[in-house]
Amino acid sequence: MIASRPPFTETASQTAGPYVHIGLIPHQAGFDIFETNFSNILVGPATKGTRIRIEGRVFDGLGAVTKDILVEIWQANAAGRYNHPADRQEDKPIDPSFRGWGRAGTDFKTGIYTFETIKPGRVVGRHGHRPMAPHVNVWLAARGINMGLSTRLYFSDEAVANAEDPVLNMIDPPLRRDTLIAQREDRDGEAVYVFDIHLQGERETVFFDI
Amino acid sequence: MHPGSEFHQRDRSLHPPALTPHYKSTVLRSPRLPLWSLQNSLSEVTGPLFRPEEIGLLDNDLIRNYAHDGEPIGERIIVHGRVLDENGRGVPNTLVEFWQANAGGRYRHQNDTYLAPIDPNFGGCGRALTDENGGYAFRTIKPGAYPFRNFVNSWRPAHIHFSVFGTGFAQRLITQMYFEGDPLIPHDQILGTIPDPAAIQRLIAPLDMNAAIPLDSLAYRFDIVLRGRRQTYFENKLQGA
Repeated sequence: MIASRPPFTETASQTAGPYVHIGLIPHQAGFDIFETNFSNILVGPATKGTRIRIEGRVFDGLGAVTKDILVEIWQANAAGRYNHPADRQEDKPIDPSFRGWGRAGTDFKTGIYTFETIKPGRVVGRHGHRPMAPHVNVWLAARGINMGLSTRLYFSDEAVANAEDPVLNMIDPPLRRDTLIAQREDRDGEAVYVFDIHLQGERETVFFDI
Repeated sequence: MHPGSEFHQRDRSLHPPALTPHYKSTVLRSPRLPLWSLQNSLSEVTGPLFRPEEIGLLDNDLIRNYAHDGEPIGERIIVHGRVLDENGRGVPNTLVEFWQANAGGRYRHQNDTYLAPIDPNFGGCGRALTDENGGYAFRTIKPGAYPFRNFVNSWRPAHIHFSVFGTGFAQRLITQMYFEGDPLIPHDQILGTIPDPAAIQRLIAPLDMNAAIPLDSLAYRFDIVLRGRRQTYFENKLQGA
């Protein structure tokens, strides 16, 4: 199928299963084991940028709320630079107090996942082309998902940037772009972006082969 | 972004498709529309990096990391291997996480109701950062087989779940490792989601007598291959960063 492949072959994916929490978020499984735990809080006191909350639910093909999904996010800092050596946007600062990654489980009772983070800045596009709109990269794994699903979260209050985003603009038909837009709500002075994900069905979220 | 940071295209024929009806949980959780193919931008070629101080001294010793008043019951084993990329290079300093059932096939998880007992001295999870050659190792007890609700009499072969990061978010991978010689392997509907027999074989860790510790532990070897970056002279700098 593919004429020229590199010498080694990628290991096949397998479902994370229903007990993914044991390995990746053990406190949700019901116990405490590690001194350092990875979490859904990406910010510390010194992190630069506008604090935001991201929350949402993940729906299956019948529209039921799923309650055992692992959600991970990866994002740029407030200046629009990733904390990673491959990002050579030297004109933008790295924020040493922001790794840009977090993980959460959808709640066993409510199905809601949340992240406390900052709003990312715009990152240069592929090969230095048009800048991308602020976005958060999202990855899902769970029972019944054979291979992790990749999508992106964009922000409803970034209409101008979204309109020129090279990735959003690629998606056809255009109405499917709306599945990637988190809707802003202001609650007690906090900006909350609601991002519901539909694994299947009429409102199926756009997932990417990256 | 330099084009040398981009990943080889993923060969999805080696991976399970989203919808595999014999593994029933996929039926309502599988996207039905095609994935949108996205050429790599900075968002895909970068990813989280982890530091040694985030990993505890016992994090890779599942025999001791949850032991309260004794050691866990079961066969003592060592699991080791390398995280490589498709170009054959070790991936150093990357986070590998693993979780498993206890020797009786029961997970320490509030949603697991299997009748086998919880082992009071076994948590069932651990993690490690790979060394400069991409190597990792951990000590544990061999997990047991257990039934799961798929068909009436569905059983999982003994397995250990693995989560790996690599150096870019497009390499993110979760998989499962199986044990050489397990008679349940050909009956497993989850392993059976993988269409390629050779890809299945690569998930089965061979017994490694060379790494066994006499009078103490057997050993199994499991190498994990992540997507590689397209070749340029910038690649070494990135991989070593």
